[in-house]
Formats: sequence, C-alpha cells, structure tokens
Amino acid sequence: MAPPIASALHLRLPLAELEVGKHLYWQLGNLKIHGQVFLSSWIVIGALLALVVIGTRKLERNPGGIQNLLEFIWDYIRDLSREQIGEKAYRDWLPFIGTLFLFIFVSNWGGALIPWKLIHLPSGELGAPTADINTTIALALLVSLSYFYAGLSRKGFRYFEYYVDPTPIMLPFKIIEDFTKPLSLSFRLFGNILADELVVAVLAFLVPLIVPLPAMFLGLFTSAIQALIFATLAANYIGEAVHEEHH
Amino acid sequence: MTSWLLLAEAGASAAGTPEGGLFDLDATLPLMAVQVVLLTFILNALFFRPVGRVVEEREGYIAISRSQAKEKLAQVQRLEADLKEQLKDARLQTQKVIQAAEQESDKLYREAIALAQAESNASREAARREIDNQRSAALGQIRSDSDKLADQIVDRLLAAS
Repeated sequence: MAPPIASALHLRLPLAELEVGKHLYWQLGNLKIHGQVFLSSWIVIGALLALVVIGTRKLERNPGGIQNLLEFIWDYIRDLSREQIGEKAYRDWLPFIGTLFLFIFVSNWGGALIPWKLIHLPSGELGAPTADINTTIALALLVSLSYFYAGLSRKGFRYFEYYVDPTPIMLPFKIIEDFTKPLSLSFRLFGNILADELVVAVLAFLVPLIVPLPAMFLGLFTSAIQALIFATLAANYIGEAVHEEHH
Repeated sequence: MTSWLLLAEAGASAAGTPEGGLFDLDATLPLMAVQVVLLTFILNALFFRPVGRVVEEREGYIAISRSQAKEKLAQVQRLEADLKEQLKDARLQTQKVIQAAEQESDKLYREAIALAQAESNASREAARREIDNQRSAALGQIRSDSDKLADQIVDRLLAAS
C-alpha cells in the first residue's frame, strides 16, 4: 500500500521534489559554489545595507523615521548581548552578534516574503540563504571561532580552566560540547527554515488558496524566533568563554 | 566533518544525481563565512558604531542634563530656603520697626499730651493767680475807696454838723 502512495505523491509533487537538493552551481576555479544561495544572500544583504545606509544618513539627537527603527534594533541587540556576554566584554562582540541576528533575520524573512518564484534560474531556485546547510554551518563555525578567540584573547591559556571547571570529570563533556554547539546551531537553523519553506511549498502546491496562510504566518514567527535563538546562543557561548570566576 | 560529508553523499545519492542534495557541502561554506565577516565589518562601520555613538551620546546628554537639572533644583531649593529665611528676618525686623515706631509715637503722644496738660495747668494756675491778685487788688482798692468814702462821709457829716 505504501509504495504506490509514495510514488503517487512523488508524481503529484514535482514541486516538492524540485525544491530539495538542486543547486545552481557556479564554477570558481576548481571550486563549486551554490549560486542561488549567493544571489539571494546578496539581495537580502543589499536590502539590509540599503536600510542601514538610508537610516544613518542623517543621525540626529532627536531621532525620527528610520533612525528610530535602527536605534530600536541597536538597543535590542545591545540588551541581548549585554545580558548574555556581560557588561565588561559585550562591546567587542555587539557588532558580531548584531550582524548574525540581522543577517539571519532578513534572510529568513526575505526567504518567506520575497516572491522568489518570479525569478527563474536554470537549476535550483532562490530562497532563504539560511535554508542552505553551507550558510548555517558557516555561521555556526564563525560562532565557534569567535568564542574560542574571545576566551583565549581575554584569559589566555586560563581559558582552558573552563574545561575542568567544577571537576575534571567534565572535561570529555566540555570537549564534546565544542562539537555539538556548532552542530546544533547549524542544524537547528537549517532544519527550521528549510522545513518551513517545504511546508509552505507543499501546502501551496496542494491547496493554492488560503490554507498555506497560517503556515506562512507560523513560518514568519519561526524565522524571527530562529534568528533570535541563534544570536542569543552565540552571545551566550561567547559570554561563557569570557566569563570570569569570582572567587 | 566526515559525518557531514557522509550525510551529504547520502543526500546526493538519495536525490539520484551525481551532485546536489540537501547536505551538499562545498566552497559555499567558506565563502559565505567570509561574506558574513565582511558584512560584520561593514555593518559595524555603517550601523553599529554610528548608531551606538548617537544613542550613547544621547544617554550621556540625558544623564548630564538630568544631573544639571538636579543641581539647579537643589540650588533653587537652597535659594528658596535662603529667601524664606531673609523674608522671615525682614518680617521680624519690620515688626520690630513698627513696634518701635508705635512705641515712639505713643511716647511722643503721651509727652505731647503731658506737656499740653502741664502747660494748660500752668496757664490755668497763672490765670487763677492773676484773678486772685486782681481780686485782692480790687478788694483792697474797694476797701480803700470805701474807707476814703467813709472818711469823706464822716468829714462831710462832721462838717455839716
């Protein structure tokens, strides 16, 4: 019973099948890159930079218009990083945390809100850059590098005391943590965004009217939450690395 | 890393194509990382630093104006207390001056009245004395006149008899 249904679904859902795992390959020397990821990331980065450039063109002490929005975002990111990293070190890491948050947020929302289907690519299709595993692993590895750098630059080799912090029994778990942190960060973001896009695509294919709308709103909500989670966890890891024990 | 590569291969083989798949890791990863690092620097220069400066300047400005306003308020309160003190002093002083003036005028009044009374008493006394003098003088005159008349009468009567 099951195989015929599966094959029928396979036939009936060419869209859903088309979504997954097809890429627009660009050849760069002997390296291959996913063109659609870069195209969509340039579009969302361009939108982000345009907003920032327009909003900061004339900064005043009495804010108005876009400056209000930007200051609200800045304040939000500052509160987030100050809360997670701590008063002493948050200033160094605010731009990184803020960039992670903004990039993931505009990528997720751009993937959900921009009508990418209007642009036809020879292979693959445009979507949220964060729905590609390469992007999320890149972001997660950057987080790993930055918390190592944060800990080492602030505490030197005393950073490694963190691994045996309450007792040396913790050592293997803390070493495993260094691998699970980027793994969970990247797969959480990738899985959520890709699943959201697939759910919306499948629903839109099955019932093109109204029914996908709740899933789309839920997707917007999830996208925002995922950006917040990623930025908060990144800040938390950095905060953990720079945290000084108070004896 | 190897597990991901295995997954990527599994994904690629599951999709049935020599390349592609969900877990297709390639040069996109490092390039995307470089791109995000660049974006961090660009956003830091264009957004975080300028907006942070403006917000922190404003926070500083607000803190300074607040402390200045508090200082001014304290000054005003001090001045107010000072002025109230001065006002109280001035009121006391005026009261004293008024009292002194009242006493002074009272004294003057009494003095004037006493003086006038003394004067009137003196003049009354003088008048009475004058009257007494004149009366006694008149009486003396009358007596001498009557004596003279009596003498004359007696003389006339004696002369006639």
